[in-house]
Amino acid sequence: MSFIRKPTVTNSRLPKNSLGLTRRDYEGGMSTLCAGCGHDSITAALIQAAWELELVPHQVVKLSGIGCSSKTPAYFMSQAHGVNSVHGRMPSVATGAGAANRDLVCLGVSGDGDSLSIGFGQLAHAMRRNLNMAYVIENNGVYGLTKGQFSASADVGSRAKRGETNVQPPIDPVVTAIALGCTFVARSFSGDKQQLVPLLKAAIRHRGFALLDVLSPCVTFNDHEDSTKSYAYTRRYYHPAIHADFVPPAQDIKAAYDHGEAMPVELHDGSRIVLRKVDEGFDPSDRARTIGFLQDAAKRGEVVTGLMYIQPGQDDLHDVNHTVPGPLHSQPYDGLHPGAEGLRELQQRYR
Amino acid sequence: MKPTDTQHPDYFHRVVDCQWACPAHTDVPLYIRMIAQGRFADAYMVNRESNVFPGILGRVCDRPCEPACRRARVDEKPVAICRLKRVAADYRSDIRDRLPKAPATTNGKRVALIGAGCASLTVANDLLPLGFEVTIFERFDRPGGLMRTNIPSFRLPEKVLDEEIGYILDMGAELKAGCEITSMAALLEQGFDAIFVGTGAPRGKELELPGRHDSPRIHIGIDWLESVSFGHTTKIGPRVLIIGVGNTAMDCCRTSLRLGATDVKVMARKPREFFKASAWELDDAEEENVEIVVNHSPVAFVVEDGVLTGMLFDRMEYTVEDGRIVDSRVVEQVTIPCDDVVLAIGQENAFPWIERDLGIEFDEWDMPVVDRTTFMCTRPGIFFGGDAAWGPENIIWAVAHGHEAALSIHRHCLGGDVGDRPPRGVNLQSAKMGLHEWSFSNDFDGSERQLVPHVDLKKRFKKLNIEVELGYSLEEFQVEVERCLNCDLQTVFDAPKCIECDACIDVCPTNCLTITENAEEPALRAKLTVPAENLDQPLFVSEALPQTARVMVKDEDQCVHCGLCAERCPTAAWDMQKSLIKIPHADDLAVDESPIKVAARS
Ligand SMILES: Cc1cc2nc3c(=O)[nH]c(=O)nc-3n(C[C@H](O)[C@H](O)[C@H](O)COP(=O)(O)OP(=O)(O)OC[C@H]3O[C@@H](n4cnc5c(N)ncnc54)[C@H](O)[C@@H]3O)c2cc1C
Ligand SMILES: Cc1ncc(C[n+]2csc(CCOP(=O)(O)OP(=O)(O)O)c2C)c(N)n1
Ligand code: SF4
Ligand code: SF4
Ligand code: SF4
Ligand SMILES: [Mg+2]
Repeated sequence: MSFIRKPTVTNSRLPKNSLGLTRRDYEGGMSTLCAGCGHDSITAALIQAAWELELVPHQVVKLSGIGCSSKTPAYFMSQAHGVNSVHGRMPSVATGAGAANRDLVCLGVSGDGDSLSIGFGQLAHAMRRNLNMAYVIENNGVYGLTKGQFSASADVGSRAKRGETNVQPPIDPVVTAIALGCTFVARSFSGDKQQLVPLLKAAIRHRGFALLDVLSPCVTFNDHEDSTKSYAYTRRYYHPAIHADFVPPAQDIKAAYDHGEAMPVELHDGSRIVLRKVDEGFDPSDRARTIGFLQDAAKRGEVVTGLMYIQPGQDDLHDVNHTVPGPLHSQPYDGLHPGAEGLRELQQRYR
Repeated sequence: MKPTDTQHPDYFHRVVDCQWACPAHTDVPLYIRMIAQGRFADAYMVNRESNVFPGILGRVCDRPCEPACRRARVDEKPVAICRLKRVAADYRSDIRDRLPKAPATTNGKRVALIGAGCASLTVANDLLPLGFEVTIFERFDRPGGLMRTNIPSFRLPEKVLDEEIGYILDMGAELKAGCEITSMAALLEQGFDAIFVGTGAPRGKELELPGRHDSPRIHIGIDWLESVSFGHTTKIGPRVLIIGVGNTAMDCCRTSLRLGATDVKVMARKPREFFKASAWELDDAEEENVEIVVNHSPVAFVVEDGVLTGMLFDRMEYTVEDGRIVDSRVVEQVTIPCDDVVLAIGQENAFPWIERDLGIEFDEWDMPVVDRTTFMCTRPGIFFGGDAAWGPENIIWAVAHGHEAALSIHRHCLGGDVGDRPPRGVNLQSAKMGLHEWSFSNDFDGSERQLVPHVDLKKRFKKLNIEVELGYSLEEFQVEVERCLNCDLQTVFDAPKCIECDACIDVCPTNCLTITENAEEPALRAKLTVPAENLDQPLFVSEALPQTARVMVKDEDQCVHCGLCAERCPTAAWDMQKSLIKIPHADDLAVDESPIKVAARS
C-alpha cells in the first residue's frame, strides 16, 4: 500500500500510439496491493498491451471477481467500463456484457481462488460457450486477500508461511482448459513481460475464450523459501517451451521471420501469432500431445510457459446462438421490439 | 557496462544538475528546501558558503544552473533558482553573528589582492578567518569592481552591494582604495607572501571604422557605464545606437533610457539565434521598448561638421545550416540617424603594469600563463583569478576562482604542494522516516514557473536607481519552491536485495528504470523502457541481480525524485538518500590536512 500518489508528470519522450495516447494514458488508480505483488506487474503488462493494440478505452470492459487479483481492474484504463462482480461469478457477468455488446473488448482478471475454487463451474462453462473474452488468472497459489490460505492451485508439498504443508493435488488451469476445449490457452509469469505482453495481445485479439494462467507471486504470503510460487522458485524452474510474437494485421512478417522454424497462426482479424518452438516434442495445435507434454513437464518439476494450445476459427457464443450482428444498442427499434401483435403470437406458442 | 561506481563523489553530484552546473557548486536543492521551511537565514548561509554574495547573485547571476535544471527536461521551464536565492537574501534575519570571524592573532602571512572585484573579495573572505593578513589594492575609491561600476543600480542596488562587500571587509581586510598598482615589480618589493591578481578585464574593445575619432559622442560601453555609475555622465541624446548584442549592450541600452534617450536601437550583426546576451536580459530590454535590429553590420560613423548624425550599416543576409552561418551577403547599405553611439562589443584583459622580466610568462595572445587547477602563474606565489585569468566571464565564475585560489594561497604560504587538492566527497543519509514517510516533499507539483513582478513601466524611469525587479512575494515563492525536484534526494540501489519483482519499474512515473541483460552502453541505452537519448545524462548500472544475473539500469535523465521506486520496493533495495556534496575550500585545509571531512550543514 502506498500513500504517495503517482505524479501525472511523464517522460517527455514517451511515444504515442495512433490515438495520440501514451502508455500512461492507459493507467488507472494507484495500486493498493502490497508493494512487490506480481499482480501489479501484470497490470503494467495489460497497460502495455492495451497501448500497443491501440485499444479505445471506452470500448473495453474490465471484469473481475473477488480477491487481490480481482482488485486490479481498478489500476488500469480508468476510462474503460468495469464490473467487480461477486466472488467467482465474473464469467456470468462477462457473458451478459459480451452478449449485449459483441463489439466490446472483454477483459477478465481473476485469481486462482476466484477461478479454481468458488468460480470453477462458472469458468468451465464460459470456456464451453467459447465466450469471446481474454481471461487472466493471476495465480499465486493462495487466497491473498484473506491472508494466505492455500488455494486450489497450490502444489503438493508447498509450505505456507505459517508452516503447514499442502497435501491436496493442485488443479492446473492450463491442463483443465485444454481438456475442456478452450480455444486459446497460455501460461506466463508476471516477471517476464517480454513473454506476457505479446500473449496478452494475442489473447485479446483471439476470437473466443482465451485463458491466460499467469504465475504472480504473492510477496506477502507466498514468497518464502519452500513456496513453489515464489519469485525465486518460479525463476529456478522457469521453462519457456515456445516463443510467441504478436504481429498486427497490417504488418508484413516475411522480413522478420524468414527462417524456417517460425509458424505464423492467423487470427480472425488478420493479425498473426508467430510461434517459434523451443521444445521440439511440442505442438500447440495438438490437444492430446500438449496435455501429455504438460504432465511430463510437471513431473520434472518444470514451470512450462508459452502459448500451450490454440485453435482459431471456432464458433463463439454469438455464432452458436445465431445472434444479430452488432451490439444490441445499435439494433433498430423494430428489430428489438416485436410489437403487440408479435408478442401475442409468441405467447401463443407457449400455451 | 561496468557497475556504476556511486562512491565516486562526482556520480551523485552530477545528478544534482544545478549544483553540478554552478561553478561554485551551490547546494541549490538544500537552500530551496530551507526556504520552503521558512528558514531564510539558513538558506542564506548555505548560499554564502559557496557563492559568497547571495543577495547580489540572487539578482544578477548569469545562472548557468537554470538551463541545466532537471525541471526543464520534464516540464519546459527550469526552477527560478536565481530568484529564490534572492528570496533567501530578502527575507533573512540579521546573520552577522553567523559570519566567520578573523582570529584575534594573525598567522603572520601577508597576502596582497590587486583589485577589489568579486574574485579578490572571495579570496579575502576565505583567508581572513584563517588568520591571514589581507591587503586589497583598488584603483577606484570604492570596492566592488564591475559589480559596482558597470552593473547598473536598477539591476543591483548599491545597498545590497555595500552590505555583502561589508561582511568581508569587516572581517579585517585592509582596503587601500584609490591605489592603482602600476608596477608588479614594485609590489613584489613589499615582501608579500602571496599576490592575487583580480584586476578583471578592464579594456572595452574598439571599433576602428571611419569617423570613429571625429566625435565625442561615440562611447566605449564599459567606460560609459562606469562614468554613469560615478555620476560623471548624467545624460545622453534622444536617439542612441548600441553596437553589439551581449549583456553589456543590454545594460547600455537600458541605462540610456534612464538618461533621457527616447529612441534606442541595439544593432546586431547577426540573426537572433546568435546573440550572446542571456534570454532574460533581452526580454527585460524589449519590455522597455528597446528595438533590437538584426543583420546590420557597421561600416562607418557619419559625422558632419564635427557632429555625429548617424551610422552607416551593411544590411546582411545569411545562409544558416545546422545552426552555423555558412554564407553571408550584403543586401544594401543603410544610414541610421542617431545622436550617440555606444560600443558594446566585448572586453579584453590588459596587463601593462606587469613587467615581462619577473618570471611571469605570457602566451602568444599576451595573456599570463595560468594553471587551470591552482590558478598560479609561472612565478610561484602569484595567482590570477576572475576575469583577469582567462578573460571576461561572470561573477559566479570569479567567485569559484577565488575559492580555488585561496586554497592554493593557503598551501603556498603554510607549506605543501599547491597542486595537491583535497578530494571532493559525498555523504549520504537515508530519507526514510517511517513506513510511508519521507523527510522531503516528494509530491510532484505541476505548477508553472512563477514570474517575478516588475516595477511599472511608467514609474521605473523616474530615477536611475529604481530597482526594476521586485522579488517574489510570499505567495509566489511558496509555489516556486515546490517546483524543485529535490535532485539531491538520490535513488540509491542495493542489488543483493532485489527480487526482480518489477514494482519499481512499473510505478516510475517517468519510466527511468529497466531490468535487462547487460550490454555495452549504446545497446543498453537503446533497449531501455524509454530509450536513453540524452547522452549528457549518465546511466546507472547495477551489479548483476541475484535471481537472473540481469542488471538494474536507471537513466538519470528524467527522474523526478518522487521516491515511488523506494516506496514500492518490497525489500528496500531502492532507498532515497539525501546527498551532501563536499567541495573543499581553504578552511578545510586549516582544520584538518587529512582526507575529506564532511560536515552536515544542518
Ligand atoms: C556591463 C556589464 C554587465 C555585467 N553584468 C553581469 C551580470 O549581470 N552578472 C554577472 O554574473 N556578471 C556580469 N558581468 C561580468 C562581471 O561583472 C565580471 O565577470 C566580474 O565582475 C569579474 O570579477 P573580477 O573580480 O574578476 O573583476 P572586476 O569586477 O572587473 O574587478 C576588478 C577590479 O580591479 C580593479 N583594478 C584593475 N586594475 C587595477 C590595478 N592595476 N590596480 C588596482 N586595481 C585595479 C578594478 O578597478 C576593479 O575594481 C557584467 C560585466 C559588464 C561589463
Ligand atoms: C462468497 C464469498 N466467499 C468467500 C469470500 C472470501 N474471499 C475473499 S477473496 C477470497 C479468495 C481470493 O483468492 P484469489 O482469487 O486467489 O485472489 P488473490 O487475493 O490471491 O489474488 C476469498 C475466499 C468472499 N469474498 N465471498
Ligand atoms: S529541480 Fe531543483 S534540484 Fe533539480 S536541478 Fe532543478 S533546482 Fe536543482
Ligand atoms: S524517484 Fe524512482 S520512481 Fe521516482 S522518478 Fe526517480 S526512479 Fe522513478
Ligand atoms: S521493487 Fe525492489 S525488489 Fe522489486 S524489482 Fe524494484 S528494486 Fe527489485
Ligand atoms: Mg490467489
